[in-house]
This record gives sequence, structure tokens and C-alpha cells, in this order.
Amino acid sequence: MSEYIDQNQTGASAGIVEKQFFTFAESPGGLKLESGARLSPVTIAYETCGSLNSDKTNVILILHALSGDSHMAGYYSPKDAKPGWWDIMVGPGKGIDTDRYFVICSNIISSCAGSTGPASINTETDKPYGTDFPLITIGDMVEAQKALIDHLEIKSLLSVIGGSIGGMQVLEWCSRYPDSVKSAIPLATTTRHSALAIAFNEVARQAIMADPNWNDGHYYSDKKPDMGLAIARMIGHITYLSDESMRLKFGRKLQNRSALSFEFGAEFQVESYLQYQGKKFIERFDANSFLYITKAADYFDLAGQYGSGSLVKAFSKCKSKFLVVSYTSDWLYPTYQSKEMVKAMKKNNLDVSFCEIDAQWGHDAFLLPNDRLDNLIKGFLRNASNE
Amino acid sequence: MNDHLRYDLKIIASWIEPESKVLGLGCGEGDLLYWLKKKKNVTERGIEIEESKVVKCIEKGISVLQGDINEEIEDYPDNAFDYAICSQTLQQVYEPSNLIHSMMRVAKMGVVSFPNFGHIKVRMHLAFTGRAPVTKELPYSWHDTPNIRVLSLNDFQKFSNQVGFRILKKAAINTKDNHRQGKMVTVLPNLFATYGIFLIGKE
Repeated sequence: MSEYIDQNQTGASAGIVEKQFFTFAESPGGLKLESGARLSPVTIAYETCGSLNSDKTNVILILHALSGDSHMAGYYSPKDAKPGWWDIMVGPGKGIDTDRYFVICSNIISSCAGSTGPASINTETDKPYGTDFPLITIGDMVEAQKALIDHLEIKSLLSVIGGSIGGMQVLEWCSRYPDSVKSAIPLATTTRHSALAIAFNEVARQAIMADPNWNDGHYYSDKKPDMGLAIARMIGHITYLSDESMRLKFGRKLQNRSALSFEFGAEFQVESYLQYQGKKFIERFDANSFLYITKAADYFDLAGQYGSGSLVKAFSKCKSKFLVVSYTSDWLYPTYQSKEMVKAMKKNNLDVSFCEIDAQWGHDAFLLPNDRLDNLIKGFLRNASNE
Repeated sequence: MNDHLRYDLKIIASWIEPESKVLGLGCGEGDLLYWLKKKKNVTERGIEIEESKVVKCIEKGISVLQGDINEEIEDYPDNAFDYAICSQTLQQVYEPSNLIHSMMRVAKMGVVSFPNFGHIKVRMHLAFTGRAPVTKELPYSWHDTPNIRVLSLNDFQKFSNQVGFRILKKAAINTKDNHRQGKMVTVLPNLFATYGIFLIGKE
């Protein structure tokens, strides 16, 4: 997902928030991963907004996508230039209303914003894991989130909400812990990657691994594979936009010049934009985390994992009420993929609502201000909390 | 809240048993489903093709899917519902008999309502102007009408024999004031009713 939020749109804000940490699986056995490997200890960075009600029935868990973090809304300090990544949605009176709900967002394991990942210190070697870090699945991410929820002594979630890879975690939550999830909102997501999505991820990973600084993932004491990561981000960005949004945003406009200069610089605005996005990304993201998270997304296959290949069977144990949302111009996770999951939910008599929002901004549309999405989520949550 | 429900929808609502499971086909902004959920505590599902209307439904807190009723109805298991309601939509369906079959598969009973093409104004319009009728109930011109299936109350009765379903209840009505008010038509309904509403069951 991209970074869009410049300033808060309504003036309402979740206010000052604090990043907190929870460490578990400290005993030698650690956390058993789907691969069979064990991880110990495991730390999760998380943030909360709003207040927990007395019977703990107003909890919403937000699940972030590839490059997100626990900082969903509000500011760390009044001096911060930018609020959290979903500040347009999370706050007082907003789509996810922090006056009503207690909202939690944690950084996924294998990421690099406070939770245990490849850049963390391996206690066995006292060095960063690098690629000695075990491969993580979407299921492992959810397992760690469940440990956090248990630690907070919360038994049931009113809703789990997330877009893109966050949406995969939503679906995983509903399948893995059907009794703990009352409602769920998977946005712009899929039950499994298409070959197209895997292909883009693989090209992005190859860009990182081909960077001479990558050094098989053990680069933490030396120069980092910045160029590889920047290119990986540029590739990702293309898939988050759409033909239409790129035409409207850039067309064939030139950057700081009036004519072609017959050289290999960033002449077109779209080139300059992608390079800028790449540069910005390397300041805050770890290349190995990019490898691990994209791999987890490629591995994700709800039908394979929970239905022996049948998506209908995969949803048979789910109990949540669903709101599925797709976007007309999303070609990374196109509407037909959302409709497939809706169909499987219907065949199981699940309570599902579905809306395909007309938007030109491609996959990233779920992060952009959109009254329709705000109203959908607001109405759906109000109904879920009344039932 | 009752007052906001259209007259024809009030009649449909009166036929629905409390606590039942209801599927609304072409449910629009969900007025009927919302009313049934609040007043009769039904479990509701709706299907609506227009995005803006779907958003209105979900905002209200009712469960609605965006999509084509002919396709979406196919995914539901047999007898998943007590009622499948197709209000003011049958006349816009390309294959009405397929839709009715599907309704009878997914639900124990169906409700179908449509504007009556046998109404006297329609007959007069055609007889005296020699042109395709345009009335308050059927306000479109021949070239831009979504109502591709024009039928009368009598046509529907005959259709029930052909397609194989039973008519359990029927209401011939005349509405005014933008459908807010209306009355039952008992004398020569096929001539004087503007709308017909039928509760149908399996043969």
C-alpha cells in the first residue's frame, strides 16, 4: 500500500497515541510456526485508540498491509507532520469511531516496525536474523495477534478489518478462530494470489536479491540493498495504481522540462514519481521484511489450508458476519476474486454483504478518502455491535 | 416508521411471518427489508445491482449483496429462506420463469409484485392514441423502458399454471400519492388495479 495521508481531513483526530510492546514465547519452545520452525522470543508492537468498555465487547482489530505498521491513527507527538496510515478512517466520529470502539492495530511479525522480524536480534547468535529468520505465514501473523489479544484478556472481537494483505489476515482470523470474531471486513483482498500477483512479487523480490549489497540477507552491519528495495517498491506501486489513475495523474507529462532530452534520466513524471516513492520507502522499510511478507502473501491459500482445495468448505466453520468490499479499478485483487469468496460464503449461509465501489484509483483506493467506504463500515459496525 | 413504507410494501410486509428468513431480490434502498428486520425480527438478505443503493442498505445495517439477481440467487442452498421477494422487478427480468423457479428453489414461498398492464388507462392509451402506453405506473417510452416484460394480472395467473407454482394469496391494488396510500381493488381487478401482488408457493 502507498502513503497518501498528508493531513487529517475532518480535523477530528484520535489524538496522541503510544506504541506499546508485548513479548511472549520466551520459553525455549517459543512460538511454533506453520513451517515447523520455532521462534523465540516474539515481540509485537501495537497501538490502541478509544476505550475498552466494561464487558470488553467493543474491540476492533485492524490488520495492516505489506508496508503498514501499528500506527493506524493519531500522532506520537504534537510535532508529528503526519498522522497514522489510516487516520482518515480511524478516529472520533469517523468510519471506525474511536468514541464507540476500542481499536487495536499491531505490527505483523516479520515486519520491521517494532515486531520481531529478520532485522531483530537472534538470541542464539546475538546478531540480526537476516535470512536465518524462519519463513512466516499469514496464519503465523494471526497466531501472534491472538497471543496479544489473549494477553489483553479480550475474548471476542467485535470486528476484524483490513485491506490487501490485511484482508488475508481478516480471512485467516475468521477461519482459525471462528468463535472469537463476531464480524469481519475484508477490503480489496483475495483468498489466494493469482499468478499475476505472485509474478509481480517475485520480480520485486528478485530486484532485492540481485542487489550486490543484499549479501544473502546478512547486510545489517554493512550497506543495505537500497537500490533493490527501491525497485521492489516501484514495482509494487505500479500494481497499486491503475491505467486510469496513472493516465489522470501523470499521462505523458514531463518532469521539470518542456521537451525530451534524449538521455536516461527520469524524464516522465511517472518515472520521477516512482523513483521518489522508492527513495522514501528505503528510509523506513527493511528489504528482508519485504521478502518475508510478500512470500507469506504468495503462500496464503484459504481454500488449500482450510478446505482441501474447496473455498466453500474453507468457509464452512466461519461464523462471522461479513462485509466484503472490492474496487472497480483494482487489477491486483480484481472484483471477481472478491465475488468468489462471497459466493462461497453464501453457499454456507453466512451473513455477507458485498459492495464493489466505483473508484478509479486501483488497489490503493481503500486507503483514500471515500465517503462510501466510511458509511459502509459505519453502518455495518453499528449493526454488528447491536446484534 | 410504518408510515414511511409504501402501500404495496405494507401489504407484502403483512404477509411475512415474524422471525422468518427473507431474501429481497432487487431490494433497492432496502426499505422493506429494514422494516421487516425491525418490526418482525426477520433474518434479511438483499440483492441489488446499483452500488449507491447497496451502500444505502448497508448503512441502514441490513445485509445486501451487489449483483445481478438472476446470477446471485443461484448460490444459495435449497430452501435457505422462508420467503423470496421480487417487488416491482419481475417486469424487468429477461427470463422470468427461470427466476421464479430459482425463487421456489431457495425459498418456501415467493412474493411477486408488478404494475398491471391490463389497467384501463393503459388500454385507453393504446386504443385512443395508437401508441405504446405511458402512464404514471409505467412512465417510460418504448425505447428507454426497463420494463421489458409487460404483463397483466390475468397473464400472471395463466403463467402460474405454465411455470408450475401455486398462487396462495393475491392483492390487486390502486395506489396514489406516490404509492404512500392506496386501496384494494375487488371489482374487475385486471381492469382497475394498477399493481398486482402475489404470494406464491410450490406446486
